[in-house]
Amino acid sequence: MRAVITVIGKDRIGIIAGVTALLAENQINILDISQTILQDFFTMVMIVDTKKCELKFEDLQTRLRVKGEEMDLSIRIQHEDIFNSMHNI
Amino acid sequence: MINYNYIMETISMIEKEKLDIRTITMGISLLDCISENGQICRNKIYDKVTKKAEKLVMTGEHIEKEYGIPIINKRISVTPISLIAQACEDTDYVKFAQVLDKAAIAVGVNFIGGFSSLVHKGYTKGDDILIKSIPKALSETERVCASVNVGSTKTGINMDAVRQMGKIISHTAKLTEKQDGIGCAKLVVFANAVEDNPFMAGAFHGIGEPDTVINVGVSGPGVVKVALESCKDEPFDVVSDTIKKTAFKITRMGQLVASEASKRLNVPFGIVDLSLAPTPAVGDSIARILEEMGLEACGAPGTTAALALLNDAVKKGGIMASSHVGGLSGAFIPVSEDEGMIHAVKIGALNIEKLEAMTCVCSVGLDMIAIPGKTSPETISAIIADEAAIGVINNKTTAVRIIPVFGKDVGDEVVFGGLLGNAPVMDINGFSSKSFIERGGRIPAPVHSMKN
Repeated sequence: MRAVITVIGKDRIGIIAGVTALLAENQINILDISQTILQDFFTMVMIVDTKKCELKFEDLQTRLRVKGEEMDLSIRIQHEDIFNSMHNI
Repeated sequence: MINYNYIMETISMIEKEKLDIRTITMGISLLDCISENGQICRNKIYDKVTKKAEKLVMTGEHIEKEYGIPIINKRISVTPISLIAQACEDTDYVKFAQVLDKAAIAVGVNFIGGFSSLVHKGYTKGDDILIKSIPKALSETERVCASVNVGSTKTGINMDAVRQMGKIISHTAKLTEKQDGIGCAKLVVFANAVEDNPFMAGAFHGIGEPDTVINVGVSGPGVVKVALESCKDEPFDVVSDTIKKTAFKITRMGQLVASEASKRLNVPFGIVDLSLAPTPAVGDSIARILEEMGLEACGAPGTTAALALLNDAVKKGGIMASSHVGGLSGAFIPVSEDEGMIHAVKIGALNIEKLEAMTCVCSVGLDMIAIPGKTSPETISAIIADEAAIGVINNKTTAVRIIPVFGKDVGDEVVFGGLLGNAPVMDINGFSSKSFIERGGRIPAPVHSMKN
């Protein structure tokens, strides 16, 4: 399935490296990525494909959250349909 | 393609503006549980409810995690018990409430609605027994909700039922007085009750419904409030458009969750209820939306107009976003469950008469209002009659959920806890309506109900 990962937090070195390494370890393919700094706040949005990921969605969610806590970031993964249904007719 | 702004908007709505799905409610028909033997009937009820709703809570939690959207409540509504129990020879239906409570606990839902009776034209044996069982049923169970429909536009108002419900509310409050009359928070008196309402305490599964059905209630007063902050000093055309767009987005999310839950549970999708339902949390209030439109406090002159605009715009925005809209669909104004309403009452801006006027233009009625325990049953009945008249004449649902609090008076505070919140005890007009209520009989249906 396609999911949206959002990473929000204070900017520092190695955020993208840290997050993408975890995704690669779990066979998650990044389809699209967009990142910006807003008033010192790092925000990144990624669209990923979790088809080959062997973890259950909930476990993946937990790993991302734990990774986020380690790096003092908020990392979230959600099914992309919630964004599609809310903003596209 | 990533639309960065859209994604951040959704996340902000959920994180900061308390957007959530208020409830996934599974409606379950109990018509096939009817038996001449009360115990057999109750066994069948328990088996059916626990089997059909076995995966409801788990499925709700999975959807919640996968989509990252909080689903606050998972609930069940059943066919009005007055219809199910009356074939048996029991003379008291408290045991039916107990079996519903047991089933609700077993499947992990926080409320089960349908200890209900429809008496807008008259009573059957089952209605009579059920209504008399309400006080004890609500004081001896935790999760069961009761409702009674006393009027409809097609039939007028059953004033005998109105008179009785004043006494039933008072008695329920008395039996639960140690918990500030909490039994009455689980009891709604309706006019024009709907068969597919997912919200408690008034949910029941109507007889025109399929065997099982999934109905979803959305929420999101905070999102509307934040959207309106961006149109300060703009004319009402802009205000209305902004609410419509926001309601559309909220409802689309409700539709997604409803269709996903329906698919995963293999239960037909019924409706999305477009209601804006507040909670006692700061930033999740209907009153604060009305104030955002320019009122110093909710209850100030202009409040009814503001609420009318809000209610209408929510419907217009939501209707296109869902394949089937139903339930109560509008803005709720429960006092104890809305931080802004509580504040407005405390500072003296909002009284029960203004709330009554507001119920003419919002989705339901006088909701979660604490009144002094000394209020007479006749006065409670007269309040119900007024609300029923508003519903019957205006062809809309109205309801009364008021809580007489024994041992407390105007200005005292009542704490129900959780989503039910806390409420200041409100002042009631002290002049008597006793002779009016003692008449009984039926107020005829209004002329504009004769549409055939």
